[in-house]
Amino acid sequence: MAKIVFKHPESLKENIFHYCPGCGHSIVHRLVAEVIDEMGIRGITIGVPPAGCAVLAYNYFDVDMIEALHGRGPAMATAIKRCLPDRVVFSYQGDGDLAAIGIAESFHAANRGENFSVIFINNAVYGMTGGQMAPTTMLNQRSTTTPAGRKQSVDGYPVKVSEIFSRLDGAAYVERCAVSSPAGVNKTKKAIRKAFQCQLDGLGFSLVEVLSLCPTNWKLSSVDSCKYIDEVMSKVFPPGVYKDLTGKTGKTAEARP
Amino acid sequence: MNKVLMSGNNVIGEAAIRAGCRFYAGYPITPQNELTEYMAEHMRNAEGGIFIQSESEVAAINMIAGASAAGVRVMTSSSGPGISLKQEGISSMAAQELPGIIVNIMRGGPGLGNILPSQGDYFQATRGGGHGDYRTIVFAPGSGQELADLTMDAFDLADKYRTPAMILADGMMGQMMEPVIFKKPKPRQYPEKFMLRGAGGGKSKFIRGLLLDPVDSEAHNWKLARKYEVISENETRFEEHRLDDAKLVIVAYGTAARIAKGAIKRLRSHDMKIGLFRPITLWPFPEMRLRTLSATVKNFLVFEMSTGQMLEDVRLALQGYADIEFHGRPGGAVPTPAELANVIARVYEQKD
Repeated sequence: MAKIVFKHPESLKENIFHYCPGCGHSIVHRLVAEVIDEMGIRGITIGVPPAGCAVLAYNYFDVDMIEALHGRGPAMATAIKRCLPDRVVFSYQGDGDLAAIGIAESFHAANRGENFSVIFINNAVYGMTGGQMAPTTMLNQRSTTTPAGRKQSVDGYPVKVSEIFSRLDGAAYVERCAVSSPAGVNKTKKAIRKAFQCQLDGLGFSLVEVLSLCPTNWKLSSVDSCKYIDEVMSKVFPPGVYKDLTGKTGKTAEARP
Repeated sequence: MNKVLMSGNNVIGEAAIRAGCRFYAGYPITPQNELTEYMAEHMRNAEGGIFIQSESEVAAINMIAGASAAGVRVMTSSSGPGISLKQEGISSMAAQELPGIIVNIMRGGPGLGNILPSQGDYFQATRGGGHGDYRTIVFAPGSGQELADLTMDAFDLADKYRTPAMILADGMMGQMMEPVIFKKPKPRQYPEKFMLRGAGGGKSKFIRGLLLDPVDSEAHNWKLARKYEVISENETRFEEHRLDDAKLVIVAYGTAARIAKGAIKRLRSHDMKIGLFRPITLWPFPEMRLRTLSATVKNFLVFEMSTGQMLEDVRLALQGYADIEFHGRPGGAVPTPAELANVIARVYEQKD
């Protein structure tokens, strides 16, 4: 009998992604869904998608989801997790959502040590609205609102989310990954799993920052976008584990009706 | 149940907890701080009660939206400037059909204004306040007892119609102490199918607010509009005070109506035939009843602690069938019943 080595994740609906070719969201969606399947937590997972390119994530994830207003995902996730402490709750946020308009909600959820996970997609640009400067846009990077490149004197510096959030006492696990290579994709999946486990173990706030591709707004091919992450973005936003209080192995989650 | 003496802010908190509110998020702002503090103190003792002092008003409204989606009875409270911040969340709760209670203990505005009682947030409360085609049920309690009763009723109506509801009071109502009796709350009726609690072994659900397809979006807007029509038909409330022989009718709500009652008492003792029409729901506004009154009464005087906001609804209701005068005290000024009685007497004598 043939052994199945690859299949569509059960926690991902059959719908076709609306994302642009080469977009990192498709990869990260799949990784999150695979982790949910492997941990057997589909029935107890609640997702909070953002305003931004991933606003239609509920079309893809086959778990309960509620769309948050721009930047407010962590406030919603805080309340959902407090009301339903035995569920797995994650917010899925972009760089504008987390580090600009929603910095207060994200920062304070982390600082309170809210026991949910944030999947943070950093592609250094506002994707959905057409490529404006994000809080994570790098110096000299061109965007539609920094046509001559981001200037420190006018626009300030790129916000380094993992570095900042890992300094908060409420944060239990913060890692930055990149989905620009097969090894990076595997690492990202492990990090997402670790974040969800951290939550199941009741350790507090977890955040996985993913350096993600936006070929459309970067005006690069998919291959060149991967190179861009490895050669440019990773220098400004170095991947790595920024905080890890997980250490001990905790209880294993089981799906319950 | 015995009478208890409590300040208005505390009455709202106690009524909410008795009504089964188990999630409250709020941010300090005067003159409603006692309510936030009451929830902090008493949610601890309520089974399953959750209190969060949020980082902002914006976070608070989004927190109660999340908790509401999880199937919990929720409330937040603030005053003018904070209510302005909550508007994006109120609009979103209306769109996502999430029940929840928002308390506005009004203060003087616009901007930071001051911390004195005012009624300047009428437009904001009754016109939706945030963006898009939606309405919010708005209760305007006129006494401590009504703060208790209407807070409980607001929870029931918010659930029944799956929509946010507002308690619109002011700094005087919030601070004033009166004896109240808490009625027995009705058991909650809110189907589990509207709650987002994990798919279990079944089909997953989602709650959304973005409707990119104009066909879906228009249909959703009309669905909400039909709901608001049903609310208008069934939930309009008002009080009529000494209208039977009235030649002049004062239209006022909340604290302004209390002051008007005091003024009317004085004037009645001088044999002036004056009555009061008090809207209890500001939205839906008791438009039809007011119009019916214009068949027998030809003179109305609108009194508000603002420059004239409900005045517009009274004009729309009366459609020119009666004369309307206005007296307003905006920006935190609160007239005495004697002062208002002088104003009313002048109008009455002109019309008589």
